[in-house]
Amino acid sequence: MSTKKDDRRKVRLRVLRQDAPDKPSSRRFEEVEVDLHPSMTVHDCLEAVRRRPVNVKGAAIAPIAWEASCLEETCGACTMMIQGRPRQACATLVSEVSPKGQPIVLEPLGKFPVERDLIVDRAKMFDALTRVRAWVKLDGSASPAPAEGQGAQQGRYELSSCIACGACLEACPEVHDGSAFVGAAALNEVRALNLHPVGRLDRGERLEAIMGDGGVADCGKAQNCVEVCPKAIPLVDSIGELSRETTWRWLFGWRR
Amino acid sequence: MSLASPGPALRSEGGKLRRVAVVGAGVAGMATALELARARVPVDVLSLLPAKRAPSVASRGGVNAALDVNGEGDSPRQHFEDTIRVGESLAHQPLVSAMCEAAPDIVHLLDRMGVPFHRTGEGRPAARRLPGSSHARAAFAGATTGHAAVSALDQQLRRFEGEPCVDARGVEIPGEPLVRRLEHVELVGLVQDDAGVCVGVVTQDLRAMTVKATPYDAVVLATGGFAGLFAGGAASALSLGTAAAAAYRQGAVFANAELIEHHPTATHGHGRATIVSSAARAEGGRLWVPRDPKDLRAPRDIPERERDYFLERLYPSFGNLVAHDVAARAIHRLCVREGGGVRDPRSGESERAVYLDLVHRAARLEPGQLRGVVDVTTRLGAGDPLAGPVKVFPAASATLGGLWVDFEKGEAGRPVRGSPRNHATSVPGLYAVGEVEHQYHGAQRLPGNALLASIFGASLCAQAVASYRGAMARSAYDLPRSIFEKSEKQRADEYAAALAGPKGGGEPLSPYALLDELRAALADGCGVERDDDGLARAEAKLAELDERRAAVEVTDSSSRSNQAAALARALPDLIDLGRLVVACAKRRDESRGAHARASHDARDDGRHLAATLARRAPDGTPRFLDAVEYTCVGATVHVSAAIDTSVVGPLAREVPRPHGSGRVSAPPAKDREPKRPARAERGGADKKDRPAPEDEEA
Repeated sequence: MSTKKDDRRKVRLRVLRQDAPDKPSSRRFEEVEVDLHPSMTVHDCLEAVRRRPVNVKGAAIAPIAWEASCLEETCGACTMMIQGRPRQACATLVSEVSPKGQPIVLEPLGKFPVERDLIVDRAKMFDALTRVRAWVKLDGSASPAPAEGQGAQQGRYELSSCIACGACLEACPEVHDGSAFVGAAALNEVRALNLHPVGRLDRGERLEAIMGDGGVADCGKAQNCVEVCPKAIPLVDSIGELSRETTWRWLFGWRR
Repeated sequence: MSLASPGPALRSEGGKLRRVAVVGAGVAGMATALELARARVPVDVLSLLPAKRAPSVASRGGVNAALDVNGEGDSPRQHFEDTIRVGESLAHQPLVSAMCEAAPDIVHLLDRMGVPFHRTGEGRPAARRLPGSSHARAAFAGATTGHAAVSALDQQLRRFEGEPCVDARGVEIPGEPLVRRLEHVELVGLVQDDAGVCVGVVTQDLRAMTVKATPYDAVVLATGGFAGLFAGGAASALSLGTAAAAAYRQGAVFANAELIEHHPTATHGHGRATIVSSAARAEGGRLWVPRDPKDLRAPRDIPERERDYFLERLYPSFGNLVAHDVAARAIHRLCVREGGGVRDPRSGESERAVYLDLVHRAARLEPGQLRGVVDVTTRLGAGDPLAGPVKVFPAASATLGGLWVDFEKGEAGRPVRGSPRNHATSVPGLYAVGEVEHQYHGAQRLPGNALLASIFGASLCAQAVASYRGAMARSAYDLPRSIFEKSEKQRADEYAAALAGPKGGGEPLSPYALLDELRAALADGCGVERDDDGLARAEAKLAELDERRAAVEVTDSSSRSNQAAALARALPDLIDLGRLVVACAKRRDESRGAHARASHDARDDGRHLAATLARRAPDGTPRFLDAVEYTCVGATVHVSAAIDTSVVGPLAREVPRPHGSGRVSAPPAKDREPKRPARAERGGADKKDRPAPEDEEA
């Protein structure tokens, strides 16, 4: 809450911009500068630019577009490349990514179509959840759920913290224009649901859904996903476990 | 929780599929859409962003349900009484009672959907005691319960997206899924027929920026609150209330706009705050300040006896678990009025903060129990609360008032399920559910009731919408196209005008600059404690902003994802909403729950046991009402502003606020010890008798 009067330091942002999805030729870096305040995040910097949209040369520019919602690193909306790494702008302190006052490079995620500036279209992440049938088949009754042990719950809780930010897809070498790979987030969701006492009932369907093209076998085991996940979800473990289960099902599925 | 009716015609007379719209894809919106889908009502879910981005994810503490897993003797009745007491009796009691009775089934429902609730030793959902509650009652998933609920509801909705609409003969209608999601759209207006009935929505595609009117048989607003209109607050970036403000402009009655929840424990960053979930206090977090206000030592160097655990001293029964408004006001008084609180060790100035301390609990917490508190505060630079005390101060976090909605009480004194009056706004055909409506919390929300009220309300609302749709004389889809074209053109023109730029009003200014001024004015006038000067200042400032809004200039001429232009379009509505908040705060000259007036310190049940109802006058100012009269399925309904207290009558607060001149900060040590040794240990009733002269020391 304190304000430091003589703090006139500035921070420079280098932002990769694009005007519209159909205007790839408008891709360019724009440099802007804002006054640095203590405990300022990258989101705060972008807000400052929006209030006074001028570049470092003093020319008026269109405000930089980005998505934001919860501002507590829980909704995934403001994910972008910050200094070359996928992160949430709302939870990235300037002091962390620019400790010596170096410019902060902001780019849209690269594995998704650019909508404008730092906004990308992550629809394929949500489509992947449909592909892997990521839901429980709830009936209309009002009965309590089956009991679940504390250890089981803790494991499932850890797997359930995905914020659909797209970082795992961004970092994955198997996710590209020519690939149908559903990605670590959707696979992890399958594992979380298959561990749920109700979700377990149709685990077979979900396993079948990830056995074909674009499924769990497409993972190249680069293990980048787990490095960039902001929620530290054990994605590699999830994929390993699903590989084992799908293999088992492929061999002996007729017995279950 | 399901509907058993044969169902009205799926198609309009003109052969169109009769859909309803749910605007907003947070917990309330998704739960409503899900209930509609289960009742086989085709539904479109419209949202600014995909559902997983909904601000509901920030609702962390848990979901209250009197499952009494700890064997403390908890019951739905206790849950009901806690809700009424904390809300200072400003919520309709039959509704709250029904909600508390339904709560266990709602937790079971979420549990079955896959919300990973923490477990008891027997494998049932464990409970934590959230602030304001008399028992351990909140089922929780770490400190990310809202996120888990959003994920689970999103999964269920996705399941219904794959299901087709089926007509009465069992024939599938090709190309018409039961649930459709329309994302990246903003509600910019309602379509109303000549009688004022809501028959559709005008939306703007936030990517292509196109404006379009679409018929819907009914429209449900589940667009959340407007706490984002308060500077330095902790609300999400989406919580500006644009949709509610648009409905208000078009005649919907607003209720209790003055009731703004301030979460007592937020860490303050640059220009905004982040809530440290009430889960932290529930898990044993203690609030304290150095006993000596001039103490500049680091918190860890201050020994236990030199700390003032002020909530425990002031409120021996609830201690740190007093409800949000009580804690927020105590912290505010301590730090702002009495100049106490933590000081900057370099400058010696007050930092306007108190310590939230969990260090003593660190060893006893289970893994993940406070996840969502620890990782967020740590990453935002406020520190790890398990390693050392973090500095917190209140911040605007939620709105308790909203669009006025009705409910029908049956003969047994309970809400009538399936009545089209439930959750109906004063605009026929327009419904509201979740934080956007005013009904379930009263003057202060019981922590753990937010998700609950959204999901309970969703079930009641979906049934009401299904009944309304079944009883319609004429489907919205059979109305002349000209009604929709007219609305569409009107809103498109408004947007074009916003884009075109200044029309006078002085020096051109950016829409963001104007929003900043609006937010600053509201935070100044309608903060934790409202004084008459502050309210007058805010009123004058908002009148000035209303004149200057003509000067708003959008420097971005793009027709793609033009966020500045979308804001510029909404600004006039937001200014009107701001004026409404200030006017309502002036009108309620009492202190009740989240609304604390410095000049009127007591609650006044004689005059104010009623909702503050207002409708927008043509000049944009609010006109107050004593009752709402509206039409529902052909009948005229008259509802007074009085609160239904038919179950237990108005309940007094168990924990009184620090009333009048009652000081919050500890008296100086040399006076305190000999003169009033037992004072700090005594019950809450003593507080009122507290001698006033201490105040002069401040």
